[in-house]
Amino acid sequence: MSETQGGGSDRPGVIHARPVPHPGRWVALVAILVLVAMMISSFMTNERWNFPKALEIMQQAPVIEGLLKGTIAGTLGGMAIGVVGGVLIAVLRLSQNPILRFVSFAYTWFFRGIPRLVLLAMIGSGVGYLYRRVDFGVPFGQQFAQWLGLSQDFTFFTLNVNQFSSTLLAGIVGLGLSEAAYMAEIARAGILSVDKGQAEAAQALGMNRGITLRRIVLPQAMRVIVPPTGNETIAMVKDTSLLSAIPVITELFYQTSAIGSRTLLIMPAFVAVTAWYLIVGSVLMVGQFYLERYFGRGFGMTRRQARKAQAKRVARPAGMGGA
Amino acid sequence: MTETTSTSRQRTGAGDAPPLVRAVNVMKSFHGNEVLKGIDLTVHRGEVVVLLGPSGSGKTTFLRCINQLETIDGGRIWVDGELMGYREDDKGHLHHLTDKQVAAQRRDIGMVFQRFNLFPHKTALENLIEAPMQVKGISKKEATARAHELLEHVGLADKPSAYPGALSGGQQQRVAIARALAMDPKLMLFDEPTSALDPELVGEVLRVMRDLAKAGMTMIVVTHEMGFAREVADHVVFMDAGVVCEEGTAREVIGNPQQERTKSFLRRMRSEEQQERQDEQDLEQA
Repeated sequence: MSETQGGGSDRPGVIHARPVPHPGRWVALVAILVLVAMMISSFMTNERWNFPKALEIMQQAPVIEGLLKGTIAGTLGGMAIGVVGGVLIAVLRLSQNPILRFVSFAYTWFFRGIPRLVLLAMIGSGVGYLYRRVDFGVPFGQQFAQWLGLSQDFTFFTLNVNQFSSTLLAGIVGLGLSEAAYMAEIARAGILSVDKGQAEAAQALGMNRGITLRRIVLPQAMRVIVPPTGNETIAMVKDTSLLSAIPVITELFYQTSAIGSRTLLIMPAFVAVTAWYLIVGSVLMVGQFYLERYFGRGFGMTRRQARKAQAKRVARPAGMGGA
Repeated sequence: MTETTSTSRQRTGAGDAPPLVRAVNVMKSFHGNEVLKGIDLTVHRGEVVVLLGPSGSGKTTFLRCINQLETIDGGRIWVDGELMGYREDDKGHLHHLTDKQVAAQRRDIGMVFQRFNLFPHKTALENLIEAPMQVKGISKKEATARAHELLEHVGLADKPSAYPGALSGGQQQRVAIARALAMDPKLMLFDEPTSALDPELVGEVLRVMRDLAKAGMTMIVVTHEMGFAREVADHVVFMDAGVVCEEGTAREVIGNPQQERTKSFLRRMRSEEQQERQDEQDLEQA
């Protein structure tokens, strides 16, 4: 013991060790650089890529309209319905009422089981064929009115399904219903990840189930829910291209490929649509970063907090720290 | 630390005033496993009752039954004259209370958990103001002022904006006590409040509890801290295998136990305490 404590200049000092050599990394770097150089040279020399044209297609009015309406509004709307619906279905799934639990299970079973493309095609043309219009009113109100011979048939609002079913809104509803089934599983996992003691502590303070869920459990579940939801959102951006099955054609992929086939600039059109999808996806990733940071508060440390703590530790003499 | 007697504490007359907690023949089973086999307990206002007993004896379960975190299968529990968890109609039939009614009954009963259970996504201050604002509808300003006061009481005036993850176990438990007090409870339940703490942090939590007892709070405490029981408890209840084995003053139960089970439990606790003391001495000598 005493050897390490003893004084003298022969004691080992600060370490300046040589790093472990990684020749493989240099080989890989060179190989990758060569491949990238080949790719760039092909972009420059192969005129069929036609990047200027692709840039032009990206900026055309129908493409921009398709991007804003079908793709961006479609994603936002679909995800809004999906997240709200999903959390609701997850709460039903965890309810003490067996009937609600079954409803939730059945919903997930159905909407997760059918492809989005099929669902959208069905909403677009099938539902309008089955039900031309949907009346909102008292259940069986029309039958009652007939029996009783009343002129009022208890209908408050009528939806013309034929008109509605081919709109962007119908498409958004379809995407949202399908998304809700997936979001329900994500939300359920999130809710279950919250320690049971949290709900108990909240209840012991006199909070009822609603407040407990809203103020204590869900905010903590969000930490687990947000990352896969970001994934779902980016998947949704791409799935808006399925809206053409409704058929809603004010949508990014339909518009660009239409321009591509009309002008015979097929590949530049694909480049244009790829670029747009990548841009939208990148923006969403930035948003996800901030959301994750917000819902991760209190768990682990942000970089700034870590720096602060580090500064404090250095400022305080060793052995005096801690509380 | 010198021992102080609990007689200096103000107490309302135990004889005439109705008890704050009256539990009669409380029974509870989990999946056919009988955990509580008819517990009787009476707690008067201002009294500190310590529940002792080996693990698995049902102390924690009984504590959780008092504020309905567990529903009871038999017997009755009244807190401040109110039947907990059920409503009795004119014909003597019992009806379950709704979620909201149960929540309302819990408002006046504070609970401190072994594992603190602070809300990790909220700062210490936010932990304290959440329930008063959400449940009692107190304004944020008023709740915040009261929260600062309580944090000062538990010695954490400088930590209102700290997240629980940045606090030590002892600090977290003190915040948890302050959080329960923020609802102005008439009864405080402590479920092994120091069992999850490092030994050097136990003292700061016991100090807060001792102050609380001195201020006249009615407390039911499940603990293995014999020193605390001897010093603060007005009434000690020894439980084993779901029944009350022995009860009385701390001096009677801890100082002069009558039942064999109590004796052997206390012997075990004492030898553990001695072992700890021995370890400390060994450390000092090394």
